[in-house]
Amino acid sequence: METETKQAELDRPQKVRGAQELKRQDEQEKQLTTLNLGPTHPATHGIFQNILQMDGEKIVSSEATIGYIHRAFEKIAERRPFYQITPLTDRMNYCSSPINNMGYHMTVEKLLGITVPKRAQYIRVIMMELARIADHLICNGVIGVDSGALTGFLYVMQYREKIYDIYEEVCGARLTTNMGRIGGMERDLSPRAISLIKEFLKDFPKVFAEFERMLNRNRIFIDRTEGVGGISAERALNYGFTGPNLRAAGVDYDARVMNPYSSYEDFEFDIPVGTKGDIYDRFRVRNEEVWQSVRIVEQAVNNLPEGSYHADAPHYYLPPKQEVYRNMEALIYHFKIVMGEIDAPAGEVYHSVEGGNGELGFYLISDGGRSPYRLHFRRPCFIYYQAYGELIKGSNLSDAILTLSSLNVIAGELDA
Amino acid sequence: MTLTNDYVLDKITVQFGEDAIWGAYTPDGIMTIFTNRESVVELIQYLHNDEELQIRFLTTLCGIHYPEQKDRELCVMYQLHSLRHNYRIRIKVALPATDPVMPTLTKLYATANWMEREAFDFYGIQFTGHPNLIRILNVEDMEYHPMLKQYPLEDQTREDKVDTYFGR
Repeated sequence: METETKQAELDRPQKVRGAQELKRQDEQEKQLTTLNLGPTHPATHGIFQNILQMDGEKIVSSEATIGYIHRAFEKIAERRPFYQITPLTDRMNYCSSPINNMGYHMTVEKLLGITVPKRAQYIRVIMMELARIADHLICNGVIGVDSGALTGFLYVMQYREKIYDIYEEVCGARLTTNMGRIGGMERDLSPRAISLIKEFLKDFPKVFAEFERMLNRNRIFIDRTEGVGGISAERALNYGFTGPNLRAAGVDYDARVMNPYSSYEDFEFDIPVGTKGDIYDRFRVRNEEVWQSVRIVEQAVNNLPEGSYHADAPHYYLPPKQEVYRNMEALIYHFKIVMGEIDAPAGEVYHSVEGGNGELGFYLISDGGRSPYRLHFRRPCFIYYQAYGELIKGSNLSDAILTLSSLNVIAGELDA
Repeated sequence: MTLTNDYVLDKITVQFGEDAIWGAYTPDGIMTIFTNRESVVELIQYLHNDEELQIRFLTTLCGIHYPEQKDRELCVMYQLHSLRHNYRIRIKVALPATDPVMPTLTKLYATANWMEREAFDFYGIQFTGHPNLIRILNVEDMEYHPMLKQYPLEDQTREDKVDTYFGR
């Protein structure tokens, strides 16, 4: 039965799928069903609500409601000292927390005028690229799940766990990492961390190649994803798309290359682009980015410079604990930093990093106080999720689910 | 060619006059200019259409509240990006709190839709011409705009969190 419907679907002329045609049919039949997709639906992978108007299996229109996990981070940030804001950024895109943490740290460093040593920058690059791999593994694994292939998801998830082991070794936490500090990392990469990273680099490519072999040229998977949920480059730019979703539409904008930060200019890597901006292209672009991230991590680990893992900025960077017990100056700095008695200079900065799903920007205004006067997060998910209604108009419900997972909308980042 | 701040500033000042473009400063390498709400949409449209500038990407938009500045308490910040030249520019419009009305940018940028709804939700800025200006992140029946500075973050009746104990 299932396959017959599928076949009939494929045999239908393409124009029947168009919204105009649907509208005409509706006027004839006048039978639309309202369907609440979400807020808690297992297939939406997060708390999103979409009120769909359905004509049979086809979506005629949709209305998105967001804000279910809004936690007022921008408001909270106006009251906290700078170092206490890092844990808030963890909870935005919780699939790649280190990128958020370090993006925020770099923004504050830009405000304070701190230059971070090369070694710290390389460690950051390693952690950010591992985070990108973890983020893309989830997204692409889930695309597989939503199109009916659970195997790939479970298989690559083991390697996400290995990335989390590396996080744990570097900062002590796995999911909401709170990694690094303003001015660098809180500790150097331990020998165990380096061996875990090297082990990951040795084993992961084989596993990921298998994952790709299962889906990349899989006829069933291509039939489900090619030409579905597509967006043109022009519309994507108008909608403020960034990251893999924009690159899948054929625009080669990547913040790591256009405005390099944290020594990204030292590394050799390619920016994959798609052509049609559909689910298949997004999937392939993310897969290729995983390979490029592996390349970057390899280069960074093998060329890790000697030197300090943090900047010399005693006003903002916590002194080592042993020093605090023995040294008066260190004790004073420790106390002042922890109690939030350190005033940042007045200023206004914008810094953006290439997050797991696009340009993650931080717009920070300081009035010279202990906490930001205004901190605005440019959250890529929030910005591109508004195109979802346009992407799913006229498609099947099952394709809409797949479109949602291919956009990689993370509820925490959407609602901040 | 690369665009420089001075060049862009000259170009738009010639186009719009000194009445509409003022107060340019460069806090972090990104030129920030002030304009008035009558010219802002036209200005962003010009930056978009000009073949030389090609500033065609709205990176972000947000509200800011300065309660001390009389008659210019609210501010809307637009940040635009030219992907062609990798050039960013920031445009600010100051508004009085008694009349927080702005023209919408949704006709030019689809992405401005939710950004403007967010600015409305947080700061109560009314965007005229917006297709669906309702709250986006907070609940519908909220009676205030929470990011305004007069609304404190913490419950003011609590006695275990006195500011002086926390250095603030």
